Amino acid sequence: MALWTFFGLARGRATSDWPEGDAQAAGQHGVQGMPRVTAQACAESCAACVAACPTDALRLAEVPDGADVAPQPGIALDYGRCIACQRCVEVCPTGTLQASDEWALATRTRADLRFDPQQAPSAHDALAAELQNTIARRFRHSLHIRHVDAGSCNGCESELQALMNPFYNLHRLGIFFTASPRAADLLLVTGTVTEPMREPLRAAWEAMPEPKWVMAMGACAISGGMAREGYAGGSGLQGLIPVDVYLPGCAPNPAAIMHALLLLLGRSEQHLHGGRHDG
Amino acid sequence: MLVLHLHAGDIPGSIEHLLAQGGRMQMVYATHIDGREEACYLAAPGAGKPFELWRVEVPPGGLPSMAAHVPLLGWYEREMQDLSGVGVVNHPEPFPLVIERGAAPAPFTQTPGAARFAAPHVLPEVTGDDVQELDFGPIRADVFESAQFRFFYIGERILRYQPRLFLKHRGMEKRFEGLAPDAAVVFAERVSGVGALAHALAFCQAIEDAAGVQAPPRARAWRSVLGEMERVYNHLHYLGALADATTLKVGQAEGRLLEEQAKQLAARACGQRLLMNVLRPGGLRRDLVLPADFTTHLDKLEAASLRYLDQLERTSTFLDRLHTTGPLPHTLAFDQGATGPVERASGLDRDLRRDHPYAAYAEHPPEVALHRDGDAYARYRVRCDELRAAFALLRRLLDELPAGAVHVPCAAPADGSGLGWAESPRGSVYYVVHLDAHARLARVKIKSPSYSNWRVFPYTVHGSNMMDYAINEASFGSTIAGCDR
Repeated sequence: MALWTFFGLARGRATSDWPEGDAQAAGQHGVQGMPRVTAQACAESCAACVAACPTDALRLAEVPDGADVAPQPGIALDYGRCIACQRCVEVCPTGTLQASDEWALATRTRADLRFDPQQAPSAHDALAAELQNTIARRFRHSLHIRHVDAGSCNGCESELQALMNPFYNLHRLGIFFTASPRAADLLLVTGTVTEPMREPLRAAWEAMPEPKWVMAMGACAISGGMAREGYAGGSGLQGLIPVDVYLPGCAPNPAAIMHALLLLLGRSEQHLHGGRHDG
Repeated sequence: MLVLHLHAGDIPGSIEHLLAQGGRMQMVYATHIDGREEACYLAAPGAGKPFELWRVEVPPGGLPSMAAHVPLLGWYEREMQDLSGVGVVNHPEPFPLVIERGAAPAPFTQTPGAARFAAPHVLPEVTGDDVQELDFGPIRADVFESAQFRFFYIGERILRYQPRLFLKHRGMEKRFEGLAPDAAVVFAERVSGVGALAHALAFCQAIEDAAGVQAPPRARAWRSVLGEMERVYNHLHYLGALADATTLKVGQAEGRLLEEQAKQLAARACGQRLLMNVLRPGGLRRDLVLPADFTTHLDKLEAASLRYLDQLERTSTFLDRLHTTGPLPHTLAFDQGATGPVERASGLDRDLRRDHPYAAYAEHPPEVALHRDGDAYARYRVRCDELRAAFALLRRLLDELPAGAVHVPCAAPADGSGLGWAESPRGSVYYVVHLDAHARLARVKIKSPSYSNWRVFPYTVHGSNMMDYAINEASFGSTIAGCDR
């Protein structure tokens, strides 16, 4: 056993500075992000991306273009359904949809995940900001998480487990996973919520003491994802329990999960508002 | 894949002949295409011989169960009755397996009144002085997939163990129906997230089999590269989890760190940490460009992994917990359908990469690890050997990467069918695809390795002790998602 101690010490420091430090610190070099809708107009009567999308994240929506000019064809994108499979980007003939390396896209409201060219980006929600301050005051330095898999493909669990590896070392941020929901501040849900998992999920949520918060991780937990509308698939947490943080992706990478957790605690900034990236 | 049309009465004889020739049954499932209800038996006559799909029209009274003769078919027959409403007569375990649908129609047929098991699954009562009962799950401590386990035990000794799986059955096979083959790859990738590459590969190869095309050499080489990268990160994860189960904390941290480095390499190679979004029928979606320092990082990862393996092999407290734990005898492994590292640890010398080469494995055959003791130590050693072999294979593949295109047109014919397979880190994955008159997917059947190994696992738990349970479970390294689908 002494050998292991020496072995560990000899390996030196493995932990990243993320969310401090440069982009390299996140460890996500080369990771494909979510597609981005650019200002480029769509081709007339083109719906290639809508047909290519496996989760109905895209739909046609005209772009209003002033009083005298006819509206342009355009598209709306729901990041809460997007699995970042890049199929839409590959089929887009005009470059309206483009690949991006943006993956830290957690939001506090479902609406912030929806890009719709017909709706101007809403002003940042004062209520959400106030709520965030309340959470931040209570939990800024310590957060205990109860994770529940309600019907995932195990991709989200794989990335959640990665948070405990020495590279991310989630504990250094004062964030811990806990076994009992009675000791938990946050319920972190993955998966589509299958029928047999509804009751255990609800029981875990009800067992948590107030104040409590919920995070929907991945397209499945947000909107049902790949199994949506099947005979056994659910539609995520919609209509089941209230959600405080939405983390889109399939599967969200560990740095994106950390960004979402820190967003809940008021220790990181939300980058997506009304489906539009900051900057 | 050879497709043979048989009568229900031929099945027992055909199975007997197959087994006598050294073959093995793989699965049975039902199709409902153009109003015809058929059961399809997938048979594997042996290394180098083509797979056979026996198509049988379902007789009015249902099919005779073959589970008493070929136990590994037991779960498939129950699933067929649960999901497709195909009656199975004289089943030794006449209970629902995947869903308890009551009077609701079977999801795959929608015809009311389809056959179903009348009795729910009630465990036999275990009573006696000092017998205790423990219900564990479905939500478990830490970050785990959901499944429920029931133990009957006295002191440390487990009398009876019953897993309750399929709580997260998502109906993924049904989600393929009606899709064009190209659009369905992303679904195959998300059947089992940590087996995304193997699932997508088996699916793409099934479509290619139906279309009668082969991916170009460069695409096939990339497929093997990505397949071995999936093996590397999964086996490192396995070792970290096994160290965790034996409370070897630094060993756990090292395994997880190496897994992380392997996942970061995967992202640098293909843009996705779980190796998704790369494959398509006919080849790859795009050619891959490795960063200049890729092989340097790979060499470093290999060196660190080999040091880690040496260190584990020198840790007696770790090894002591594995030796003689959860033994799986050779015959049981064969009969109940064990696959992958689990069967190779029980002396079954099978590996799809060698026995039925796909991707670039004909040019680059893998060294197949084989151990005979069947205990947790043997399962661990198979994975260690495979990890070493995967690095060696990766080096050869990358050194001799062919030039050329990475995609050829691949149009599966209307009403066609095809079989694809891959040796995933957890064992064999099979996809059978049936296309309809518009060349869209009419039925996709998935055989996933965790389904196979969860069927086997309880036999290694009965009569063992509570302290070894977590180690035994970790030594199998199965996923729940792959089993439940």
